[in-house]
Amino acid sequence: MSHPAQIMIEDVSHHYRPAVGREVLALENVSLQVREREFLALLGPSGCGKSTLLYLIGGFLPIETGKISVDGQAVTGPGADRGIVFQNFALFPWKTVRKNVLYGLERQALPRPEREKRAQAFIDLVGLTGFEESYPSQLSGGMKQRVAIARTLAFDPRMLLMDEPFGALDAQTRSLMQSELLAIWEQTRKTVIFVTHDVHEAVYLAERVAVMTARPGRIKTIVDTRFNKDDPEVHRTKEFVDKVDEVWSLVRDEALKALEKRPP
Amino acid sequence: MTVAPAPKASVPHVLVRYSPLLILALSWEAASRLHLVSSLALPPLSDVAQAWLELVQSGELVANGLSSLYRAGAGLALAIVVGGALGIFMAISRPVNVMLGPLVELFYPMPKSALIPVTVLWLGFGDGSKILLIFLGCMLPVTIGAYNGARGSDQHLIWSARSMGAARLRMIWDVVVPSALPELLNGVRTALALSFILLVSSELIVARQGFGYLIGYLGANGSYEAMFAVVLTVAFIGFLADRVYQAVVERVLRWRE
Repeated sequence: MSHPAQIMIEDVSHHYRPAVGREVLALENVSLQVREREFLALLGPSGCGKSTLLYLIGGFLPIETGKISVDGQAVTGPGADRGIVFQNFALFPWKTVRKNVLYGLERQALPRPEREKRAQAFIDLVGLTGFEESYPSQLSGGMKQRVAIARTLAFDPRMLLMDEPFGALDAQTRSLMQSELLAIWEQTRKTVIFVTHDVHEAVYLAERVAVMTARPGRIKTIVDTRFNKDDPEVHRTKEFVDKVDEVWSLVRDEALKALEKRPP
Repeated sequence: MTVAPAPKASVPHVLVRYSPLLILALSWEAASRLHLVSSLALPPLSDVAQAWLELVQSGELVANGLSSLYRAGAGLALAIVVGGALGIFMAISRPVNVMLGPLVELFYPMPKSALIPVTVLWLGFGDGSKILLIFLGCMLPVTIGAYNGARGSDQHLIWSARSMGAARLRMIWDVVVPSALPELLNGVRTALALSFILLVSSELIVARQGFGYLIGYLGANGSYEAMFAVVLTVAFIGFLADRVYQAVVERVLRWRE
């Protein structure tokens, strides 16, 4: 491989401890390498631990077993090199769009006019010009997720960790946001780890799709999904449709297992 | 189906809304003038208004009022700062919660007026004992509001702030405190009402100035018109404080849908 791995995950296992009930093994011996500037999708059935894996990379959960390193440094906590985008947007509801986007920039040693300029540039990039002084409660779901993406891009993290970012959006908005994300990724070329349970989304967005097993989550297989994404008709090509079928058959078995394991 | 238009806050609307108050005032005046009740027990409202003007002109009402407002304001400010901080620390620190949680539960339902003689014993008859009483009495509703609000902080907001480079203390100030605000401010509203109760009752019992002292003094000297004037003044200030407070809260929390 020409690019060295930027994110190294080695033999990571993790237990989930609910407030009530017994602990469950969420991840088991997960090993994965993500290259710099790569777009990788983590795909698996609900409850397979894919979000847990993302939170471990983000440094939000303590690593119990195994090792995760980013740019050669062991992960010990959250850091501004890894930006995160959540399904529920996680915007500060008491801050306006502008103040939300400024938040990460204010933690950096930038002169104020520079911060304002950068924030405005990213608000413009995600098409929210004119909504700078709106509060999140005044925006639609799609607009909120645009703000969340602008907020994360603005402080220029080297990696984007995306936790089912379009899961809460309606189908049309979702499809629009997918093409926009691809365009942004092509412009900025950040490393992206994108968690989803949507096969089509994973195949369309990612260069590689890591398919996870039902709980306890392991990496079942990794599928190469590079296409000419600039082609607006890529969804209809035989190559694309076959790839979706291939990945879908891999996921279906795991989704069935996940259903059977669900307590009555 | 038709929807009734939202009522506007026009002058006629305000008149309609407060018409029960007007009816009460007229009945009061009539009951007293027509000798339906003894004018000693309920002096005519017009006489009370006259007495109120005299109290204002003599400066008594203003001097005693300022003294009371100072006590209530200082006690309440302390209660908000200390109580709010306490609630937030209880929410973010397990040891603090384990240490103070049972104490808060124990003292919350206690009638705070029972502390009046205690605070007098500690700090005497002046401002200090009233401020301490109001501080102690008003702190716990704020603490409990802040605690519940802070505990409800969204984990994803905390993680977002941390991943954008906020250190732990910075994150607490930027995420936990604003998350606690709506419930904290609800606690403050309860505290505001409590502060008036504690203020007047403590001044009635042991004080040389203040609204409560003035009510007690005028009552003991048989100046019932003036006594009623002070009682109505306190009631009006309490109402006004609550209204102003709600307007401020609405402004502070305007980001909510």
